[in-house]
Amino acid sequence: MMKIVIIGNGMVGFKFCEKLVAKAPKDSFEITVFGEEIRPAYDRVHLSEFFSGKTADDLTLAPADWYAANDIQLYLGDPVKEIDREQKKVYSIRGLSVSYDILVLATGSSAFVPPIPGVEKNGVFIYRTIEDLEMMRDWAKKTKKGAVIGGGLLGLEAAKAMIDLGITDTHVIEFAPRLMPRQIDEAGSVILKNKLESLGLKILTNTNTTAIQGEDSIKSMLFADQSSIDVDMLVISAGIKPRDELAKQAGLETGSRGGIVVNEQMQTNDKSIFAIGECALYKGMIYGLVAPGYEMAEVVADHLVGGQKTFHGFDMSTKLKLIGVDVASFGDPFVAAGDGRTVVLEDTMKGIYKRINISTDGKYLLGGILIGDADAYNMLLQTAKNKVILPPNPEDMILGARGGESSGGDSVSALPDDAIICSCESVTKENICKSVTENNCESVDEIKKCTKAGTGCGGCVPMVKDLMLHTMAANGKYVRNVICEHFHYSRQELFDLVKINQLKSYDEVLDTFGKNDGCEICKPVVSSILASLWNELILDKGNAAAQDSNDRFLANIQKGGTYSVVPRIPGGEITPDKLIVIGQVAKEYHLYTKITGGQRIDLFGAHLSDLPAIWKKLIEAGFESGHAYGKALRTVKSCVGSTWCRFGLHDSVSFAIQIEERYRGLRAPHKIKSGVSGCIRECAEARSKDFGIIATEKGWNLYVCGNGGSKPQHALLFATDLDSETCIRYIDRFLMFYIKTADPLMRTAPWLNKMEGGITYLQNVIINDSLGIVAELEREMQLLVDSYKCEWKEVVDNPELQKKFSHFVNAPEEKDPSVKFEAMREQKKVADWK
Amino acid sequence: MITTETEGKLSWFIACKTEDVPVNGGVCVKYEDRQIALFHFARRGAWYATQNECPHRNQMALSRGMIGSLDTEPKVACPFHKKTFSLETGECLNGDDYQIKTYPVKVMNGLVYIGVDGE
Repeated sequence: MMKIVIIGNGMVGFKFCEKLVAKAPKDSFEITVFGEEIRPAYDRVHLSEFFSGKTADDLTLAPADWYAANDIQLYLGDPVKEIDREQKKVYSIRGLSVSYDILVLATGSSAFVPPIPGVEKNGVFIYRTIEDLEMMRDWAKKTKKGAVIGGGLLGLEAAKAMIDLGITDTHVIEFAPRLMPRQIDEAGSVILKNKLESLGLKILTNTNTTAIQGEDSIKSMLFADQSSIDVDMLVISAGIKPRDELAKQAGLETGSRGGIVVNEQMQTNDKSIFAIGECALYKGMIYGLVAPGYEMAEVVADHLVGGQKTFHGFDMSTKLKLIGVDVASFGDPFVAAGDGRTVVLEDTMKGIYKRINISTDGKYLLGGILIGDADAYNMLLQTAKNKVILPPNPEDMILGARGGESSGGDSVSALPDDAIICSCESVTKENICKSVTENNCESVDEIKKCTKAGTGCGGCVPMVKDLMLHTMAANGKYVRNVICEHFHYSRQELFDLVKINQLKSYDEVLDTFGKNDGCEICKPVVSSILASLWNELILDKGNAAAQDSNDRFLANIQKGGTYSVVPRIPGGEITPDKLIVIGQVAKEYHLYTKITGGQRIDLFGAHLSDLPAIWKKLIEAGFESGHAYGKALRTVKSCVGSTWCRFGLHDSVSFAIQIEERYRGLRAPHKIKSGVSGCIRECAEARSKDFGIIATEKGWNLYVCGNGGSKPQHALLFATDLDSETCIRYIDRFLMFYIKTADPLMRTAPWLNKMEGGITYLQNVIINDSLGIVAELEREMQLLVDSYKCEWKEVVDNPELQKKFSHFVNAPEEKDPSVKFEAMREQKKVADWK
Repeated sequence: MITTETEGKLSWFIACKTEDVPVNGGVCVKYEDRQIALFHFARRGAWYATQNECPHRNQMALSRGMIGSLDTEPKVACPFHKKTFSLETGECLNGDDYQIKTYPVKVMNGLVYIGVDGE
């Protein structure tokens, strides 16, 4: 049996054991591990969580009995002191001697401690092992002022540890002119610095510590510019130094600045000895991250079972959360002018900095930096790594989430099969897709078990999920896009179930089809389904508390906690008398007024307890609820049309009013907007709406599934030259089909984009009745149209309902005293929030 | 109508009648200068009280939020940005470093009492 000795039981040493026993048949190797620490390997990446509540056991990668179960002889607290290459034997401190055929050095690194006078004083720590952390924890009890030397990745991790230890008065001292000099640029460093300072850290860059002062214990630190700060605890976390002393002593080749020289098989200059992880020096470089260490472990394990894998350097892209701030850096973050172009997005208010570097020809992404918001990291990293050709406007990639309408599925499908999705465990796109197609994984957890993807830093999990959904769909597997942990149904399934079972309240639905107590995701979904099915007053049947807050109070909550009021103004047509009433109400209740984008008037700054009185006045004047607070039909915008316009073909205003009144109060998976234009000049911008109507010589053209907002999309031509009646019939069917089949919070545009067969399929369903459902759709819509009532009128007529509109339950006449307004342009605005 | 009775360090005051609070919903209670969100978690037969202010943007709004559960943890979601907080511990459940204050609640003879400390 081949004898394998591993020196070092850190993360990489453990990973090597794990990979080797997974690859090799039982009894093919006799494995011995020597570890210097007293604990089996633990997760050093998440070390700082030791202070936020995790125990040493939580951080342990595998307990001691795992090694026993896999026939691995593990010696802890017993470092190797000598390697005898002649005899192929190692000798431990405690006097053991073990022979090897293959020796693997996974000795890792130690903290680099700069030679500053006074580093030996009490209260000066390094940040490397659980023992270091235990000593820090004991010392921290008597500490008020802390400091960390090192503003890089590890230094900032240590600063986080100081905050977790309760030492909020902490300085971070960095020798370089900026934070994280290896990963981010000057501008990014400024944003990061501001963010960290807002959390209470004090950051000193360009600062060289010349002495650590105090008697036995640290009292202060002196800097090169003769300034000093008082400190009673210092953590040095300024970099790492490979542990190569054993290798040196054994005469193995090492680098001038440390590290055991290895070739692409991770072999040292002694063919029987390998080095992996942070102690290995490959082509002049030490890889101080866990992912390349794992890759090296893979190469050696593979080699020992006869494989041909080799190591060719490793992408050092990284994404992490530093003290609550996302920081990511990928590819070449710094590209010099001349080698590429740079797009930068900087928001000093929100503390967001994004930079992408693009090849001079604009085709490829070379690298970049993300601070404050690193959601796009995975996609950008994959785009850079796989040399995916960039879209014409690459800046779109860093403009951030757009209305939550993710198109992730499409973008992952563009990646090549060998794209590494999980870099911690080097799992490719192909591996993940195969786990779905061949091993029938149908959840991220199953994929994690099967491929190990997502088990390291977890950053790739959203992408793994996208890939899973995409692959399942591509295989014709039924993708269950379930609502939340309380309902294991898609919205469409639940819609049908609620209908068939004639359920009328949220609690009934939860008791029948859900579990536990519901949440802020399923409550509005179910409430919307109930409203779309039965059109009963949404505040009835105990459903009020299951409405999203805006629906619960029939108004839009605004900054400061006051509400805005939007009366319906169908088609944007309003009489002078009604305008006057709006003015009077606004004056009486001190409301800010603004014309909306949908041709109506929004009144802001209403106290909760004033809403019923405001609406009483509006309803007396003939207004109705505008449903601006609901996922419902908003407005039907119109141009002035043939009644006044010299180009107008038909009376667009009358048709808009007819349509708006038909669908007013209609609740849907998301808001619905419409527009009617009197001619092809399209002044009502109908093609940016969920359904838009444009007059032709012969009638109306109907367009569907347009969108303005964050992801504009023109509505597509659906049917031409319709008479008014047919046009409305098609809209009835179209809206009802959307309401029954869309996912929660999905506008019509992404609904169509996701629909297999697209607009042609939709036309077949709605116009040609390919599913045989149009009669039912029309019937269902007619029920909703016939049962419409103005919600606000019902409240105004019902004193019991009005009671719910007060801020204090025990002082209903009092308004929220925390609401503050400021004057602005002869009106008011709400005081800014922090 | 604020009645208080002292018990240990807590003083209990009458917040409202049980029927004043929507089933599985919340209301805001005024106590001196404080605003307290009171929730009737009827599905569990439980009552909870927390500070009314959401610490994310310092908005007096938690009482208007939807309640529910995360696994078994009862929670409330702020109506502004849907930050969620445990009704038991006050801990923010979205991974942000926020913590809200919770208050004990008891119900006797149709009245809801909230226990406040001397702060």
